[in-house]
Amino acid sequence: MAARDDQAALASLARAPAPVRSRLWDGLTRRLDQHAPTVFIMPAVLVVLAMSIFPLLVSLYLSLSRFRFVKGGFELKFIGLLNYRKLLLGSEQFHFLGTFGELSAAGWAVLGIAAFGLIALLVRYARGEGYTPAGLLWRAGASAGVFLLVLLIVLTNSGNGHPGSLVVTLFYVGIGVLAQYCIGLGLALLCAQNLPGRKFFRVVFFLPMMITPVGIAYTFRMLSDTTKGPFTPIWQYFGWTETSWLVDPWGARLAVMIGDAWQWIPFMFVVLLVAIESQPQDQREAALVDGASRWQVFRYVTWPAILPVTVTVVLIRMIEAFKIIDLPNVLTNGGPGIASESMTLHAYVAWRALDLGGSTAVAYLLLFVVVFVCLSMLALTRPAESEARP
Amino acid sequence: MSGPARRGGLGWLVRPRSPLDPSPLNMAVSYAILGFWAFVVLFPLYWVFITSFKQPIDVADGPFYLLWVDFQPSMHAWKYIFVDLGHDTFRPYLNTVIVSLTSSAIALILGSMAGYGLARMQYRPRLGSIALFVVSIGLAVAAVVGLGVGWPIALAAALALFVLLVQTIGRRFRRSLGNDDIAFWMISQRILPPVAVVIPVYVLFQQIGLRDSLAALVITYVAVNLPIVVWLMRDFFQSIPIELEESAMIDGASRFTIFRSIVLPISRPSLASAFLLMLILTWNEYLLALMLSTANTQTLPLLIAAQNATRGPQWWYMSVLILIMIVPVVAMAVALERYIRRGMLIGAVKG
Repeated sequence: MAARDDQAALASLARAPAPVRSRLWDGLTRRLDQHAPTVFIMPAVLVVLAMSIFPLLVSLYLSLSRFRFVKGGFELKFIGLLNYRKLLLGSEQFHFLGTFGELSAAGWAVLGIAAFGLIALLVRYARGEGYTPAGLLWRAGASAGVFLLVLLIVLTNSGNGHPGSLVVTLFYVGIGVLAQYCIGLGLALLCAQNLPGRKFFRVVFFLPMMITPVGIAYTFRMLSDTTKGPFTPIWQYFGWTETSWLVDPWGARLAVMIGDAWQWIPFMFVVLLVAIESQPQDQREAALVDGASRWQVFRYVTWPAILPVTVTVVLIRMIEAFKIIDLPNVLTNGGPGIASESMTLHAYVAWRALDLGGSTAVAYLLLFVVVFVCLSMLALTRPAESEARP
Repeated sequence: MSGPARRGGLGWLVRPRSPLDPSPLNMAVSYAILGFWAFVVLFPLYWVFITSFKQPIDVADGPFYLLWVDFQPSMHAWKYIFVDLGHDTFRPYLNTVIVSLTSSAIALILGSMAGYGLARMQYRPRLGSIALFVVSIGLAVAAVVGLGVGWPIALAAALALFVLLVQTIGRRFRRSLGNDDIAFWMISQRILPPVAVVIPVYVLFQQIGLRDSLAALVITYVAVNLPIVVWLMRDFFQSIPIELEESAMIDGASRFTIFRSIVLPISRPSLASAFLLMLILTWNEYLLALMLSTANTQTLPLLIAAQNATRGPQWWYMSVLILIMIVPVVAMAVALERYIRRGMLIGAVKG
């Protein structure tokens, strides 16, 4: 990239005065140099070990025990999997998984479609070239897990069911990230055209990512106010001034998702724009000159080229979206009730109530769900990705 | 967007000048959509801006949109936040500045060293040693929380046990990991939800007397952001030509000299990208600050979040706080957009 830089660096090296140092110092530096690889990497590894692996082990223990204040301190009692049982089957089930409703016809239909789709994916994998029994087993496990999550979503949303924090988080991740991707891709495609003045749009579209989510939460609270917010005339026109976004379960969730999307569409936009622009232009131009429609160009030239980046950005955003807490905590306070509470917020609420065991159990379940969803997304999308590559 | 050019009177609308350029209609639609999105992005910021100049009555009487036209701007909220509440505003501000600058700098130093190591040197940690290490630490944790042993003793015992085991049975293990595994392990730390580790970290800081100190926040942020820096810098170091370093090595320069006087100077733009990215992440961080800090070490996001409890929906004060928090980052983003964009891209495209 820059021969000039290299030369400058060499020149500065040559300019450095020859060191005159004691023998002791020489020996020390030689010693240090022999162990250079260790010296380079150890600080970082130690910090990560101390601040995430070690606490993770302690958390595991905490999640298996009950924390109580006793006279002169506190007491930790090992209680096995009781914290998890409480969340999945016991008194906290409504909070974590949700309340189950009766399955309606639409619910059955969704379940059927999900099962059909997953089986189709499996069959396609089994017939493909890269088929191995272990791979099939792994994918079958992933499909079963995904089906269970779909079942959970359908059960808590049909009839008189109410979704708990796990299901709400899945909404934020699933619907939110999908919407962010679609809008971000659309904007990137528009901005990749040969338009005068697109530099302006790029800088403006970039801004929301810089803004603290807490600030965004309050801003959207102002904007969503139906009597004093800027969109009051619109609400008045539709006659919605008597209600508020934040008292309706879906309104509250939607508000959180809109705030999150407002902040993160720019990320999708920036990354996808670069991916689109860095694909070889001659293919696209040849297709256009040959009279291909813009849709055909997108479907057969652009889309395969950006598919790997797509998988990566969606994955990154999913990982981050699972950790969402600022927006639900500040914008809706998790309410109405627990309707917009994410899993991280659930863990925080439990921590504030000094239920350390419950809090860490929620956090551990979150960790399991994140790892599972990410791995199964990789497993289920990989055949599509390798197939699309020429 | 547009189909193939149609014949007829309005054909010029959909017919591009050349096949590569968008047609006029296409351009108009594109501008309309892009303009709409620019409005979506800018309007909330504009609304915060004008709300900060509103009197309570201007907010309560319904929406007013334009300065001077709809309502008379007033500086009362700014005066209240900066003069009446001066100390309570500046302390969190200063905390945030200190914490984000120090933690970004430390993360950058440690992260670029590790990134360089991973890009240029060979690591072969044995799987067995790692397993032994985890077992030793696990035993120490069990001893501390289960048996009530003091944590310094337990930690020392665990380390001694680990060294002993590695020296004796550790050498028998043959399977080892490579650089890519270490790098992947680092970046996989991002998957870890912070809420899963924050309680032990809190207890840890309490034990070593750092609870509610800026140092605790700095250490935590360094740990959280380090993986990103390692990943970014490793990727960059791999992309620079190795010949220069090799020739310096033949001349007898040590690894550290090479790193400091050759590698770091050429990687200044990437270092800047990584630093800015860290700065933004720590500037806006909420959850860890929420759980680790109290009054003395409050950072700006907490100050803003706390407004809800203390003042209710007093939007004018809130807007001022939001503005003073976002103006520095937005200004930085506009001025240094190129660098920040780059930092995000390397992470995303190669991740």
